[in-house]
Amino acid sequence: MKGNEALAEAAIKSGCRHFFGYPITPQTEVAAYMAKRMPKIGGTYLQAESEVAAINMVLGAASAGVRVMTSSSSPGISLKTEGISYIAGSDLPCLIINVQRGGPGLGGIQPSQADYWQATRATGHGDFHILVFAPATIQEMVDLVYTAYDKADEYRMPSMILADGMLGQMMEPVEFPEKEADHQIEKPWATTGHQNKRPHNITNSLYLDPNELEQKVVERFKRYEIIKEKEPMAEEYLVEDAEIVLVSFGATARIVKSAVNSARAMGIKAGMIRPITLWPFPEKVIRKAAKTADCFLSVEMNMGQMVDDVRLAVNGEKPVFFFGRTGGIIPSPAEVLGEIQKIMGGAK
Amino acid sequence: MAVVFEKPKTLTDATLHYCPGCTHGIIHTLVAQAIEELGIEGKTVGVAPVGCAVMAYNYFTCDMVEAPHGRAPAVATGLKRALPDNIIFTYQGDGDLAAIGTAETVHSATRGENITVIFVNNAIYGMTGGQMAPTSLPGQVTQTTPYGRDTSVAGYPVRVCEMLSTLDGVAYAERVSVDSVPNIRKARAAIKKAFENQINKKGFSIVEVLSSCPTNWGMTPAEALDWLRDNMIPYYPLGVYKDITGGEK
Repeated sequence: MKGNEALAEAAIKSGCRHFFGYPITPQTEVAAYMAKRMPKIGGTYLQAESEVAAINMVLGAASAGVRVMTSSSSPGISLKTEGISYIAGSDLPCLIINVQRGGPGLGGIQPSQADYWQATRATGHGDFHILVFAPATIQEMVDLVYTAYDKADEYRMPSMILADGMLGQMMEPVEFPEKEADHQIEKPWATTGHQNKRPHNITNSLYLDPNELEQKVVERFKRYEIIKEKEPMAEEYLVEDAEIVLVSFGATARIVKSAVNSARAMGIKAGMIRPITLWPFPEKVIRKAAKTADCFLSVEMNMGQMVDDVRLAVNGEKPVFFFGRTGGIIPSPAEVLGEIQKIMGGAK
Repeated sequence: MAVVFEKPKTLTDATLHYCPGCTHGIIHTLVAQAIEELGIEGKTVGVAPVGCAVMAYNYFTCDMVEAPHGRAPAVATGLKRALPDNIIFTYQGDGDLAAIGTAETVHSATRGENITVIFVNNAIYGMTGGQMAPTSLPGQVTQTTPYGRDTSVAGYPVRVCEMLSTLDGVAYAERVSVDSVPNIRKARAAIKKAFENQINKKGFSIVEVLSSCPTNWGMTPAEALDWLRDNMIPYYPLGVYKDITGGEK
């Protein structure tokens, strides 16, 4: 199944019945799939007039307590950031898909990971985080959609699947776990109409009293601390005895894994850490590796974004190198191996 | 003593933050009366704008959502699609609805979203202190048109009801005013009808309410109502611009 279509079907299987989006390459198949499926299952597919409108439709539906999603690609996500900030500030859960393409500006339509900073640092104005999941295979993308919805509901915050054009467009076999229909949690805060049975619910992000606003933000950050403790996910590959640990996320990690295998065949003790959650960043896994490894190499499809988080986690204990290609160029295993050799001084 | 008027039970006891002489209070009451008379409080969800009515969520007793600036019709669309049996209304000012939110307004209208839009047109940005609005009149002095709105620079006002009435998705568009008791009575009937249309699944209904802003117009409340009558109503004629129900009640 094609990555984008698998994403859409996973959302439906997770209980999503409301999709609001706006056409953009390379996420198009998500919307096309939803347009085909939603009317058949009593759901809503609505093509909005803009990304701005689409994310605000998400806000409305999320406030009503339903599982809702939107999907876009990089420039479209920029337009959604206003709404994402309001959704986060209103403590609403939702799912946002970013099938990344090259930037800045209109950029290009080839795969990219240049929205790492945006996803983990700046999906809108103000003090807040969203959950960011970075799958490396189509099966993992499917599994993470279920997780993304569950965690968004649990913590009352937006979840993002940060994919890229490569994952969105490739085809792989995939299995969809069946979920029980009643696995969704209660949402007593939802604005569903009070039916004269409870006080009125208000969805709001405005607090004119600075003390009240500070208290709301601090409360949210206490939740973030729990998330940072409980929710980081990472894959570790041959890290235990590795002298050089490569750090890579998403589709790029598959290329890096090949390079690590080639390096091992040459006698270089290489390993890989693949963050699956980008926020919360799996810093403990990196910190642990910093005790045993000699150095780190972050490999990304951008000019060096996640490497900031690797450096923060390593905290100066070991050298951290970076290699990346950008603009829609996918690094080759040979290029990555070349970087490993350059750092390690050839075979040992 | 007989009670001749009561505050609708669909308004909370919160103290309104509006300036003295502002007509938002009257329009809130008309909306609340419609909700009360139609018995729909329990299934109504209102969407507040950004602008003077930003805190409307504190004043209505139904469930409320506070939308980003101009996005109320998109938020209402999301709510209505998720809750098709509920009653969803937006309450928006002129900057919100006719400037930053023009796309959301036009497209929710042309989709025929079955929602009710209450559009308060006072020809100025009130909350931010009196800047030019998309509906400020030619020659009107505001903080950002200190020499009067020069149409060669700032263009012309937007006539929302006229514009929306050209769209097939619109069921009902009427412009009313709250400058006098007879006009308030007409406004009350129009707002109620806009909610009834939604109950009857007629589609997009908008009531544009000409409103005054004594504070930012620099007038007494009485002068402001005179100015509204003498200047706004000639530019924004009152009346029904579209009604697919053919005036049925």
